[in-house]
Amino acid sequence: MTELTSNATEEKLVQELGYDDHFHEHHDGDKFQSNFITTYVFSLDHKVIARQFLITGIFWAFIAGLMSLVFRLQLGFPEEDMAWLRPFLGKWVTLSEEGVGAISPEFYYAMVTMHGTILVFFVLTAGLSGTFSNLLIPLQLGARDMASPLLNMLSYWFFFLGGLIMFLSLFLSTGPFSGGWTAYPPLSILPQASSGSGAGMTMWSLSLVMFVVSVLLGGINYISTILNLRTKGMTLWRMPLTIWTFFITAIVGLLSFPVLASAVFLVFFDRSLGTSFFLNEINIGGEALAQSGGSPILFQHLFWFLGHPEVYIIILPAMGMVSEVLSVNSRKPIFGYKAMVFSVVAIAFLSFIVWAHHMFMSGVNPFISNFFVVFTLIIAVPSAVKVFNWIATLYKGNVRLNAASMFSIGFVSMFISGGLTGIFLGNSAIDIQMHDTYFVVAHFHIVMGVAAFFGMFAGIYHWYPKMFGRHMNKLLGNIHFWGTMISAYAVFWPMHYLGIAGVPRRYYSFDVFQTFDHFDDMNKFITIAAFAVFLFQLVFVLNFFYSIWFGKKQTKKNPYGATTLEWTTPIEAIHGNWPGKIPTVQRWAYDYSKDGTDYLPQHLPKQDFESDEVH
Amino acid sequence: MQTVKLKQTKRNKIDPKIFALLLACASMTMVFLAYTSAYIIRQAAGNWLEFRLPNEFFISTGILFLSSICIHFSYRFFKKKNTSLYRGLLLLTLVLGIIFIYIQYLGWQQMLTMGIELNTNPSGSFVYVISGMHIAHVFGGLGVLITALLHAFLLEHRVTEKRILRFRLTLIYWHFVDFLWIYLLIFFTLQKV
Repeated sequence: MTELTSNATEEKLVQELGYDDHFHEHHDGDKFQSNFITTYVFSLDHKVIARQFLITGIFWAFIAGLMSLVFRLQLGFPEEDMAWLRPFLGKWVTLSEEGVGAISPEFYYAMVTMHGTILVFFVLTAGLSGTFSNLLIPLQLGARDMASPLLNMLSYWFFFLGGLIMFLSLFLSTGPFSGGWTAYPPLSILPQASSGSGAGMTMWSLSLVMFVVSVLLGGINYISTILNLRTKGMTLWRMPLTIWTFFITAIVGLLSFPVLASAVFLVFFDRSLGTSFFLNEINIGGEALAQSGGSPILFQHLFWFLGHPEVYIIILPAMGMVSEVLSVNSRKPIFGYKAMVFSVVAIAFLSFIVWAHHMFMSGVNPFISNFFVVFTLIIAVPSAVKVFNWIATLYKGNVRLNAASMFSIGFVSMFISGGLTGIFLGNSAIDIQMHDTYFVVAHFHIVMGVAAFFGMFAGIYHWYPKMFGRHMNKLLGNIHFWGTMISAYAVFWPMHYLGIAGVPRRYYSFDVFQTFDHFDDMNKFITIAAFAVFLFQLVFVLNFFYSIWFGKKQTKKNPYGATTLEWTTPIEAIHGNWPGKIPTVQRWAYDYSKDGTDYLPQHLPKQDFESDEVH
Repeated sequence: MQTVKLKQTKRNKIDPKIFALLLACASMTMVFLAYTSAYIIRQAAGNWLEFRLPNEFFISTGILFLSSICIHFSYRFFKKKNTSLYRGLLLLTLVLGIIFIYIQYLGWQQMLTMGIELNTNPSGSFVYVISGMHIAHVFGGLGVLITALLHAFLLEHRVTEKRILRFRLTLIYWHFVDFLWIYLLIFFTLQKV
């Protein structure tokens, strides 16, 4: 059987059965890669754009991680002298008369806000789905590039522009926006509300509008590429699950992000033109505000109509990549392929009708809450189907343990832990106790923060050879995984206890609440664990950049013995992906361990010895 | 726009660019669905000033609809190689588009004389913001139309696949902003009751 899957045989298959689109006779793509600027900066090649998204994402993750350390320092060690931070943070560390430094409350809130905004939008949306949709959609579908490389490039540069504006806002003398990543009015509308609500908020909203443009351009491209540029034989039911999740994610993004833009526009009108969509009966310094008659709850509806689908925009691509990595590394077909697809579709559909579960305690009608409780809890069904399928894929598999597969298994673990607490929070009655506590913080960090990061790491380790032609270091990968796994749980597990005891999130300090005094040590422990998480990410960053130049070279086209098409492209990536013909697809993406073979690649026609079983 | 030249796309009935435009229209529709649902929610909360929409908005609707018909026939004459009607009707579409925006502006003036300013009550603010947002999209359409007119007058009239595609993209977008406004007008009218 081995000869079926050797390099030479696979190459022959592409040439004999491949589809000739005469791509390389035109050479019109070449002129777009003729110099440094068009090759690496304003590139139209999807593989370069993917790497741009990834490296920008890593940059932002680093910044947002540092921010979390700043506010964790405040929460863990509120009494300590922070004067040593003055060289970095300047006036945001205030000195008392005795010379004891403290992080200023305004800065604390700005850091919390920026941490959320950056991670949700710039890292886990752009860095995750921007990177892997760009890299994998054309490669796994057998396409030369995206449907519109130009829109694809614009998508990255709008993201870059949005990021640049946000980055500059960090250096405003009044500080960046500090009213929470949800930007609820009136904090986001009235400049009097906080120092970040003036110029900081203006730049925040501008940045987000740029970001929405980026997501829409990207999403339009992903969807039209998936529906129009599949190679011969690549029917929808033969697509790898990665592509399915990128596809559904793009649709969800296309329908929900415009709503965020609309809400931000209305905020702009309230801020600058005196309308009162979201303002009602506000007194500032004893004087009534002229703007009245609006509803702040209306903003919450608009925001969460994006905000909830957004968490699935983050987690779905991670789920797709985990499915793929688990299947390759357990040498088994993914368990319940169609069930996986249907549950992704179901989750995406449900994500649009559960948004008010973020607003149970904001004064919405409790009877309306019931509706949202029911649909929220129903999400547990497709989620459980997926978890069951991942575990069943691993069960009795010939599991290869490497950084990619361990992060995938870690993903499943995180998704279960974080998902179960979602069932608590989805109940509007339990939410009366739990809302706005550290229980919520623990829930969403585990289920969509850490889990999505794990999916992203799995993807990076797995497809690194496809991006840079080299492998990442195994030992450093293992250290990164075990360190992150343990210390991330150490950060978020104790938060459940804080939350159940009623410790509110977002508070700058708990000095005046004696009832929370006995959590001081727990808060110290969490802070130390957060530093540990950050240190282990430095291991990853080191490994990532070191391996670009010095990593072990990829020698085999298909180093993992995977079935999908991206491993039929040459090691040295070229414009147009395949040197000659495009491979045609003869089977689904998960023929592992079939009829005594190790794997049967997607472009291999049906063999005589194969049974007729249909997946 | 440079796109990857792939013969395999021919097996699909719909051109990727047209498909991408339809997707973009879907996401633009979401912006207006968000505004109109916000309108409904806000209206239900009370403290809502009822007023009659100025007649100008109804007149402008007719003008915009007429422009849609013009561009539709311009497209037909383009394919039939009737150069003068193709050019004339396309120019008329642009003129009607500009008149539409002017009449919308008159509608705003009328609202001001009725005493409904941008910040009087959310009911008025919504009408200003939604119609303003729509005008922004019409401006985009005008840009596209001007490009199409440049093609019509500067290039030789040849019916090539590329030019049919370009024209169809223009056509779809212009119809989109037209039907979008008809939806918005019907929405405003029905919600007033």
